Amino acid sequence: MKNDENLSSDDKAFSTAVETAPLNDHNVNTQEVLKPPITETGVIGWLKSNLFNSPLNTLVTFFILFCFYKIIPPFVKWAFIDSVWFGPASGCQAGEGACWAYIPSNIRFVVFGLYPAQEQWRALIAMFIMVGTVVYSRKRERWNTSLIYVWGFGTLLVAILLKGGLLGLAPVESSKWGGLVLTLLLSVVGMTAAYPFGIVLALARRSNMPAIRTMAVVYIEMIRGVPLISLLFMSAVMFPLFLPEGVTINKIFRAQTAIILFTAAYIAEVVRGGLQAMPKGQYEAAESMGLNYWQMMRLVILPQALKIVIPPTVGVLISAFKDTSLVAIIALYDLLRTCQSTLSDPKWMGFSNEAYIFIAGIYFIFCYAMASYSRRLEDELSAGQSH
Amino acid sequence: MDINKNDFIIKIKDMHKWYGEFHVLNNINLNVSRGERIVICGPSGSGKSTLIRCINRLEEHQRGSINVDGIELTDNLKNIEKVRTEVSMVFQHFNLFPHLTILENLTLGPIWVRKMSKKNAEEIAMEYLAKVQIAEQAKKFPGQLSGGQQQRVAIARSLCMQPRIMLFDEPTSALDPEMVKEVLDVIISLAEEGMTMLVVTHEMGFAKSVAHRVIFMDGGMIIEENNPEDFFSNPQNERTKLFLSQILY
Repeated sequence: MKNDENLSSDDKAFSTAVETAPLNDHNVNTQEVLKPPITETGVIGWLKSNLFNSPLNTLVTFFILFCFYKIIPPFVKWAFIDSVWFGPASGCQAGEGACWAYIPSNIRFVVFGLYPAQEQWRALIAMFIMVGTVVYSRKRERWNTSLIYVWGFGTLLVAILLKGGLLGLAPVESSKWGGLVLTLLLSVVGMTAAYPFGIVLALARRSNMPAIRTMAVVYIEMIRGVPLISLLFMSAVMFPLFLPEGVTINKIFRAQTAIILFTAAYIAEVVRGGLQAMPKGQYEAAESMGLNYWQMMRLVILPQALKIVIPPTVGVLISAFKDTSLVAIIALYDLLRTCQSTLSDPKWMGFSNEAYIFIAGIYFIFCYAMASYSRRLEDELSAGQSH
Repeated sequence: MDINKNDFIIKIKDMHKWYGEFHVLNNINLNVSRGERIVICGPSGSGKSTLIRCINRLEEHQRGSINVDGIELTDNLKNIEKVRTEVSMVFQHFNLFPHLTILENLTLGPIWVRKMSKKNAEEIAMEYLAKVQIAEQAKKFPGQLSGGQQQRVAIARSLCMQPRIMLFDEPTSALDPEMVKEVLDVIISLAEEGMTMLVVTHEMGFAKSVAHRVIFMDGGMIIEENNPEDFFSNPQNERTKLFLSQILY
């Protein structure tokens, strides 16, 4: 028994242990309460003990300060002081600083790609629905069956909006989908499909049935053994060769499938780690209660195992998000590719720094949101569960 | 309490089990009457835990037969699940579900296995929590309780399944000494209500006061069985004598 709370009133019937209490009172009365010694005093003390506590550390500190001095002021000058924020490209040619005017002039193409200008509102709403569904799903109290309907409905809406040809919306060829819209589509659909598929693969890999286990092992090891780029190439170049003549399958759909298959294999290995970390007693307690396999997994094992592996899972999902940029290699116009093509416009040719900083910012916002959400989720899930 | 010596709820006949080449259970024959309380003791590795784990098929036996309340234990999953709803187990390390509150730990089985309504299951759970004197902790998580409290919760969780048989696998061996009594008190109160139980334990005082029958196992075999008075005062087998002389000091 670690603390007094545990000896609460319910223990009256079993209170023999509590009778040692007078001994503690005695100690408190005769001895002053000892506090831990104070080790650091103020800012100076902190600096001394952390940055200047040895000759080598002092040297390293000065070296880093020197680097900061060399890098930060010129960057601030370039990015904020000498920079041009609005206007046409010609306004930038004279200036020394950053040409942020690149962003307002090109943002439409970067975000929407070749999507027809008068229909871009549809793609915009589709993006809001995708992000909105993800944001809506963040709360644990919403994780129930109705969430599946929310996702189903959201997916349907996004498909109708992007594709058109229904409800009086003009049809838009999927070859015209691009930019941030395409990046979000590939990653949101990719992650949400890969996660449950990965869990099923992990369970299959730990199955008692040799055939299922072998299939899962072969699948996971094969997928992990090749780079995503080669899977994308296969989906774009090789796969159509196997189809009967006249049948074509949408290129985005094929790339999407490749991303899901690839990500799921990595998720599976992460989840398997979590399953292996579960103590045997948890399985036995669930089994001895009469729960069947799926009930045991869903109610007892997976909630704990998936929680343990939140950090590596988010790692996999974040790299999956960034890896969607590889679809550029099979000529899909994702965010990175639309950005690059704006730079081939002679007017904006010299401003790749600004362009890449801009899309790096977009990638960063999404990745950082995922990372900080995962930290919050971990805290929430462990609240109250331990001492 | 009288027990009907012919109304057997568990029938184990010529049962064997091996772990690889190791013969962990060797020709076990054991009949347990309805309402009977059996304490199983023996040196570690003697197969006593494995024996009771065979009764709810956490372990498979390889020869002979085990019949629990009329159901033969085979590979048939449906039968196994049926037996498990009748047979509850309390483990040495409690095995509470750390991600669920105490109340949720107790209602999980009744809701999903017994198909009880949530409200109904919670009422029953609170009743049993009160019985093990821990009702105030219903909203806490297992990690916030002491070992003794956790084991009492585990017993309440087993009771919520309203089993006919309870198996205890060294229920007090993982506890700090000052918490053993609170757990044994709960088990004794169950005994007074006539629950059929098999208890693997080294608490010999408990065995003397509660058991109808004490079984001594060594090397995977039942070496000796007797009523507690004769078992402790007049052991027959040399190995039993040696074992008792080593644990009673």
